[in-house]
Amino acid sequence: MRAALIALMLLAAGHASRAHGQVVVGSKPFGESYLLGEMMAQTLEGAGIAVKRRLGLGATEIAFEALRTGAIDLYPEYTGTGLVAILHDSSRGTAAQTFDRVSREFQARWGVRWLPPLGFENTYAIAVQRETAQRLALATLSDLARAAPRLRAGLTPDFIGRPDGLPGLARAYGIRFAAVRSLVPAVKYQALAAREVDVIDGYSTDGFIARYDLVVLVDDQRFFPPYQAAALVGRRLTREQPQAVVALMALSGRLDETIMRQLNRRVEVDGEPVARVAADALREMGLGVNQAQPVRRDGDPRAPSSGRVDSASLIRLTLRHLFLVVLSLGLAILVAVPAGLVLERAPRGAEAAIRAVGIIQTIPGLALVAFMLPVLGIGTAPAVAALFLYSLYPIVRNTYTGVRDADRHAVAAALAAGMTPGQVLRHVRLPLAAPVIMAGVRTAGVINVGTATLAALIGAGGLGDPIVAGLALADTRMVLSGAVPAAILALLVDTGLGAAERVVRPDL
Amino acid sequence: MLAAEEVSKRYADVVALDRVSVAVDDGGCLALVGESGAGKSTLLRCFNRLVDPDSGRITVHGSDARALDPIALRRRTGYVAQEGGLLPHWRVGRNVALVPWLQHEPRANERAAEALELVGLDPVRFSGRRPGELSGGQRQRAALARALAGRPDTVLLDEPFGALDAITRGELRESFAELRSRVRFTCVLVTHDLHEAIALATRIAVLRNGLVEQDATPAEMVSAPATEYVETLLSRAGVR
Repeated sequence: MRAALIALMLLAAGHASRAHGQVVVGSKPFGESYLLGEMMAQTLEGAGIAVKRRLGLGATEIAFEALRTGAIDLYPEYTGTGLVAILHDSSRGTAAQTFDRVSREFQARWGVRWLPPLGFENTYAIAVQRETAQRLALATLSDLARAAPRLRAGLTPDFIGRPDGLPGLARAYGIRFAAVRSLVPAVKYQALAAREVDVIDGYSTDGFIARYDLVVLVDDQRFFPPYQAAALVGRRLTREQPQAVVALMALSGRLDETIMRQLNRRVEVDGEPVARVAADALREMGLGVNQAQPVRRDGDPRAPSSGRVDSASLIRLTLRHLFLVVLSLGLAILVAVPAGLVLERAPRGAEAAIRAVGIIQTIPGLALVAFMLPVLGIGTAPAVAALFLYSLYPIVRNTYTGVRDADRHAVAAALAAGMTPGQVLRHVRLPLAAPVIMAGVRTAGVINVGTATLAALIGAGGLGDPIVAGLALADTRMVLSGAVPAAILALLVDTGLGAAERVVRPDL
Repeated sequence: MLAAEEVSKRYADVVALDRVSVAVDDGGCLALVGESGAGKSTLLRCFNRLVDPDSGRITVHGSDARALDPIALRRRTGYVAQEGGLLPHWRVGRNVALVPWLQHEPRANERAAEALELVGLDPVRFSGRRPGELSGGQRQRAALARALAGRPDTVLLDEPFGALDAITRGELRESFAELRSRVRFTCVLVTHDLHEAIALATRIAVLRNGLVEQDATPAEMVSAPATEYVETLLSRAGVR
């Protein structure tokens, strides 16, 4: 246990270090956020500042926590999101009032600074097909409230949960849908086109709204706050690299909704590389350094630079994935096997203790990571810690059961022959329990490979990177370029552990 | 000499042994006879300290058992269980060499081979086999070999032939009697079969509900059963 903790602390320490003067740019996992993050990164690079990209972080809570704790230096955010999701403020005002309010509060509470807005708003857009709008005479959200009991909604999980999402909307307009389905962005538009759902949530600058010729319903009661996009900058950058902040301000006021919708369309609909679209946009704004050789100069695989992952990146992502799995599973074995043995000696508390470990299994991955953010930040350390925790249960349970149920006659005979309890454990109980323990390790290993794809959401990399980016950009090929290797890796890990099992298995 | 003096043992509210006194001379064989629950296995296990009595005294070759280190005592006391208790993940040779190995005997494998010869198993043929590949009779022979390989002065046997079919049981019983004529050790044999006790023991103690019904030589017991219960057992065994 102590070894595991020390290893985790070392990792956390290693994670906190960054090259001197390097600025860490983050983003949330959806197309526009990737694009804005990439534009900010390239702007800094154009000013001769070294950049590390950590794009596609979890969601608002994780990205903001990473900023607040200094794990990243900046990411694109929206004032309305800051107001509602971070400040939990239900007041509404104009765009300027909202910006003033979040600026003041974020500075006072966390020393976090909102740079002047980029120039466009990206509000939630509740959209229906043109045919539906005409048939039911829908133009506003008040109209929708009237028709909703006959309609099925397909909404992003984020929107279903947020106070400025469905719960607030339902209260403000009295909207009650016949059914609500939780859909990721990648399938939302197809579901609407295929008439699987009637209403979806989107963003007003979405590349898809124009493509599918959708009607965006007017927020006639002004439920949604203004969502002006801006760079959100952490305390360290403001204090230590003011020249970086100045460079970023070159973007302020330079983007409008028309430009943004075009750029998003190129990324989300046409599947162009994010880095190229960002470079083109900057050049047109007169900010571009010559971007003929763009993409990952810092060798970060996380920038979704193209619709597909080349084989060098694939190998790097796979090795990274394997690293997370092997490290977390190894630590779990070092902790869980001895724990199972100790519990077997104290049977009275054992069941309760093992069930407590089992409860960890029921905590959703992102929630577990969110609990650890303040201590471990983002990146490798919290990912390994979460995977470690998820691997404990199958190993503890099987070690305990295997050792407890090891052939009673053999154990009694070994004691009668004069073995010490330690010798009985080492030469009889453990070898006889080995197949059961290994079954637990294999279960943990396969679950671990799958769960590790979520590590991408907290900037730990691995095969989850193309999966998360692909889901955000509605790019099925990109999703598969991560999902297929992950499935193969799961099979390989299971096969490898199966071979290990034959080595430790006793001579039965 | 092995002796129990006024030995009592309770498990929760069940009395397993109630002030039991028995003894056997060096080189002799004491049979503990009775039905299940009579306390015979509990008494047997007192002699290698797998069980410690609540009161009374166990003497092993002149020493109070409580003063002996249980691990050392078990290593110089052979033990055979009803199911043999061979370690299923070890081959027969390693199983039989267990006690010499625990005693850090450098010639443990030779001791094992000698012991296998003694019980009538060819070491060349059987050392490399797994316990799961042996017949019931071969398994019990191997278990007996393991009990003897450490050259113990005492061997404790808990229903060693109880799980075998009648023919194999008869064969093993004869082999055991023949073995005792060649190798000298003191033995305590737990059995529910009075016939077996008479064939193998120099002294028999009949136990019932934790109490000694009769403690006598086989001849004395057959000619003068002390209680009605002993008489019933004798007639059931076909001895009277």
